[in-house]
Amino acid sequence: MEANTRSTGRLPAAFLTPGSSSFMDFLSDHSPEILPGNRSLPPLQGAVEAPHGTTIVAASFPGGVVLAGDRRATMGNMIAQRDIEKVFPADEYSAVGIAGTAGLAVEMVKLFQLELEHFEKVEGATLSLEGKANRLSTMIRSNLAMAMQGLAVVPLFAGYDVDREKGRIFSYDVTGGRSEEHGYAATGSGSVFARGSMKKLYRNDLTEEQTLTLVVQALYDAADDDSATGGPDVARRIYPIVTVITDEGFRRLDDTESSEIARAILERRLEQPDGPRAALL
Amino acid sequence: MSTPFYVSPQQAMADRAEYARKGIARGRSLVVLQFADGIVFVGENPSRALHKFSEIYDRIGFAAAGKYNEYENLRIGGVRYADLRGYTYDRDDVTARGLANVYAQTLGTIFSSAAEKPYEVELVVAEVGAGPEGDQIYRLPHDGSIVDEHGSVAVGGNAEQISSFLDQRHRDGMSLAEALKLAVQALSREANGNEREIPAERLEVAVLDRTRPQQRKFKRIVGRQLTRLLDADGAGATPTDAPSDSEDAEGGSTPAAGTDTPAKSTDAPAKGTDASDEGTKE
Repeated sequence: MEANTRSTGRLPAAFLTPGSSSFMDFLSDHSPEILPGNRSLPPLQGAVEAPHGTTIVAASFPGGVVLAGDRRATMGNMIAQRDIEKVFPADEYSAVGIAGTAGLAVEMVKLFQLELEHFEKVEGATLSLEGKANRLSTMIRSNLAMAMQGLAVVPLFAGYDVDREKGRIFSYDVTGGRSEEHGYAATGSGSVFARGSMKKLYRNDLTEEQTLTLVVQALYDAADDDSATGGPDVARRIYPIVTVITDEGFRRLDDTESSEIARAILERRLEQPDGPRAALL
Repeated sequence: MSTPFYVSPQQAMADRAEYARKGIARGRSLVVLQFADGIVFVGENPSRALHKFSEIYDRIGFAAAGKYNEYENLRIGGVRYADLRGYTYDRDDVTARGLANVYAQTLGTIFSSAAEKPYEVELVVAEVGAGPEGDQIYRLPHDGSIVDEHGSVAVGGNAEQISSFLDQRHRDGMSLAEALKLAVQALSREANGNEREIPAERLEVAVLDRTRPQQRKFKRIVGRQLTRLLDADGAGATPTDAPSDSEDAEGGSTPAAGTDTPAKSTDAPAKGTDASDEGTKE
């Protein structure tokens, strides 16, 4: 699909129509077939087999928020990919982590990033964090028909709210319903175990460093009990993707930093396989 | 009903060209210059909100003189074109050449169609390369022609005089401060040969800076950073006088995100936040 489809080569009218700052609105005017929501699947027998991403965790600390994800994609009981990336910057002050059908999720993230960037370029100002979270809701909702056929995308959205000066986390359900989470959140098949792990370890006065350790601990516990979540792969040097968003913007830990955290946890787990013990009372 | 006069096609086109040129000449001039680390846009603009320069895509910037509503329309069209192309193919497939072509076709069609009034705009589309030899600057006059420019270009009211002034003085590898000062000198020349003073708060300045770690190389230069660059001693300024990211102190400024397509790994955008490394260069 090429932008200048007219014989004259001039920009089609839709390009020069003033009004909307949304890239998705423009697409639905100009070439609706590109939008993911306009696809439909024929009726199927049983579920579609496609690679699935699994566990994403997020936790906030005073001054920011951390979002992290494991590296495994599965297809049924096969490991489809060992080093998949599921956490992406959405823009300078927000990030999105994806669980669900990997192919659709990656496309959704790409469109979401573009939506935010497009708005910023047209308007000369960025959307509020609430506005970004709502745009993501809309995009998940447009995927509802696919989700009903087993191709769901369930992201976790985290960002630094420059107006309120704090990190915030939003979780979504498959229908695009959005809820703000306080403290910590998880999504994907290992999320049950990750949430249980963070429930026992999370405090709202943790430092940035401690929060980084917390989310990797939670991912380790998720991998411990959920076969679709991958733990740190020391032999292949594949470690979780860990990102931090503060008032300085988005930062992704490089492999060295990420491996240090994962290895420190691994060392301790060799002595205590179940991880840190919480007090009984 | 009276019969309309016959107007020869030559005459009709000449009239339309004159109409467009007059409209453009009413606008204030702006200049686009290459410097060591990229391309700088400088113009006189009393408004803080209505920009003459803007970001189109990662390495591509846009500048326009003439009628605001018309070039704003073209600007948004360009952003949509670039974003659609980048989404359909890849971010690397969006080029200034492609965009300049689309603009030329659009302006040309409008100019030669009897049903529409000609656009009173002159555009500049610039792309910053990996090195100075990769920089591209295209000037697009009102009639749909394309001029491939090198080094420096001026558009708007007093463009010819400013262009010749710049051609004599611009050289490759200037630092940002030097290029900026030369641009302001050029802009402050009036048609009658006098010079006037343009205060910093009436300047709009933006750069495409190839040294930025982010994918998006466009950045506005405002406030303290602008005054520092204008005051910098030409001799003391080094080509490394790169704009830091610390002073996006503009209301609704656009912190360029190092956004990345999910298919690739992101090189974490290092957002420098201390202005101290800059402030010491006097």
